[in-house]
Amino acid sequence: MRIVVLVKPVPDPASAGERLGPDGRLERAAVPAVVNGNDEYVLEAALKLIEAMDGEVTILSMAPASAPETMRKALAMGATRGIHVTDPVLAGSCAVSTARVLAEALRGLEFDLCLAGVDASDGIGGIVPAAIAAHLGLPYLSSAARIEPDEAAGVVRVRRISATGYDLLEAPMPVVISGTQALGEPRYPSLKGIMAARSKEIATRSLADLAIDPATVGGAVASTRVIDWEAPPARGVTEVIRGAPSDGAARIVEFLEARRII
Amino acid sequence: MGTIWIVGEPGPDGGLARISAEVATLARELGERSGRPVEGIVVAADPTLAATELARYVPLVRTITDPAAADHAWSAVAARRLAGRVVSTGSDSPDLVLTGSGADGRDLAGALSALTGLGVLVNATDVAWADDGPVVTMSVFGGKLITRSGFTGGRGIITVRPNVVTAAVAAGAGRVEGLPDGPAAGDGVALPAVRVIDRVEEAGAAAPIEEARIIVSGGRGVGGRDGFGLVRDLAASLGGAVGATRAAVDSGWIPYSQQIGQTGKIVKPELYLALGISGAIQHKVGMQTAGAIVAVNRDPDSPIADFADLLVVGDLFEVGTALLDLLRTRSG
Repeated sequence: MRIVVLVKPVPDPASAGERLGPDGRLERAAVPAVVNGNDEYVLEAALKLIEAMDGEVTILSMAPASAPETMRKALAMGATRGIHVTDPVLAGSCAVSTARVLAEALRGLEFDLCLAGVDASDGIGGIVPAAIAAHLGLPYLSSAARIEPDEAAGVVRVRRISATGYDLLEAPMPVVISGTQALGEPRYPSLKGIMAARSKEIATRSLADLAIDPATVGGAVASTRVIDWEAPPARGVTEVIRGAPSDGAARIVEFLEARRII
Repeated sequence: MGTIWIVGEPGPDGGLARISAEVATLARELGERSGRPVEGIVVAADPTLAATELARYVPLVRTITDPAAADHAWSAVAARRLAGRVVSTGSDSPDLVLTGSGADGRDLAGALSALTGLGVLVNATDVAWADDGPVVTMSVFGGKLITRSGFTGGRGIITVRPNVVTAAVAAGAGRVEGLPDGPAAGDGVALPAVRVIDRVEEAGAAAPIEEARIIVSGGRGVGGRDGFGLVRDLAASLGGAVGATRAAVDSGWIPYSQQIGQTGKIVKPELYLALGISGAIQHKVGMQTAGAIVAVNRDPDSPIADFADLLVVGDLFEVGTALLDLLRTRSG
């Protein structure tokens, strides 16, 4: 089983320092980067699959030059190797460029499954995996709660979360899959894993390596642009009620009535 | 001048997804503001029911009948039937394509973007109209920043969050027109459909929390599976849905489908009643834009004290039971 996991370094959601520069792009130096939360779930699913049926997991990131530091965390969990697509031209890329570049990088790899988190905690778009599948002409199986490849039959079955339960999808491999937290808790890297990650290969790919014309991708040709931004309006002052439970309950009812919620 | 498309997403029993009624209402408003024509689009094995519902909101709905939609995942079937019409330079090709921000809407937006080169602005919480096109308000970095963005090429795709527009039917029902069954020029993309071999309904599946007007939510403080009985009773009494934090889901007290937060759902109900929830950032990002936030928590210094409108300090079972009694008395 050959699995590629797309790993996006994102600003640590637990930090509070995210801000945009004058160009409307994230000031990356202001916030520590971590592996996107949903990417950890699909990486965990990938690692369990190769433990059960043998194989390799390659992590693929399109990210600034500093990304290998974050990618090492994914390697420490047990991924086999990393590929880092990076090029100064790619700064400020929109989702259209990102999907196209990642699709080109995937064209150069042999894989059965390409896994991605269902969305990323910074933009929460969740559209790039579907776009990659469309570029490659591959089946796209989204919102996975379970991933079950059948190597002998050459197909994979995925439970796609639906409003009332799940849809069971089936497609011939290779495929692109987006996965959710329902896949299961990611492991913590062991000390041994952290040591081993130091010597794992992270290959770098530039736009020239991928034979992409730099005039066709990146911030200069972005399909969307940020016009302006602001901090969200602060919520009002919190009213704090202490005392008997019945007083608290009565105040809640009053509050809901005053706001015509009930 | 280009058309505005609202693509109707599949809902229960061959009908229209609830989010599509909201997005259609937004599309109609944008049409009025921009002077552009608005069209609903339905791709389905039998589009009749969904198209009729969508036509309550917009003046014209065009349907594409594709039998593959019956037993295949919807987004690839829809994307390959719509891509050619989006890229065509015909008078009815759209400048703007609107979908919901749920799984189907995202999957369609991503595929359509790749097939047409159009940019996507995601999770819109508001769409205004400027001289050169739409201005889309989005919440990014877990709600820590609000951005306004536009399309550099004037055309694009927007996914819209639930509960940012109240669905309102138009003065009169729109007309429904079938589009030719054959592929449009440019539709011949090799996008494989993905077979659905089973649709499984899970016992106890609740109404989708993204669409709920009221959410009663439980966290670690609820203490166990049994504790969620009170959360459910309060939700039922208020006509709302049950939500939960990741801690409660990870403990197996309630299914992942009800999880609110960074790796769960993002919700915007009128009321968010948080029981035994500390309000950690990973949860806050999923619910901070709720109309009203009421919390019951033992700890007056928990993070939720900083963003709740009303915090009752106390035991959630004592306060919750008293609240349930009052609500039942009130409605009785």
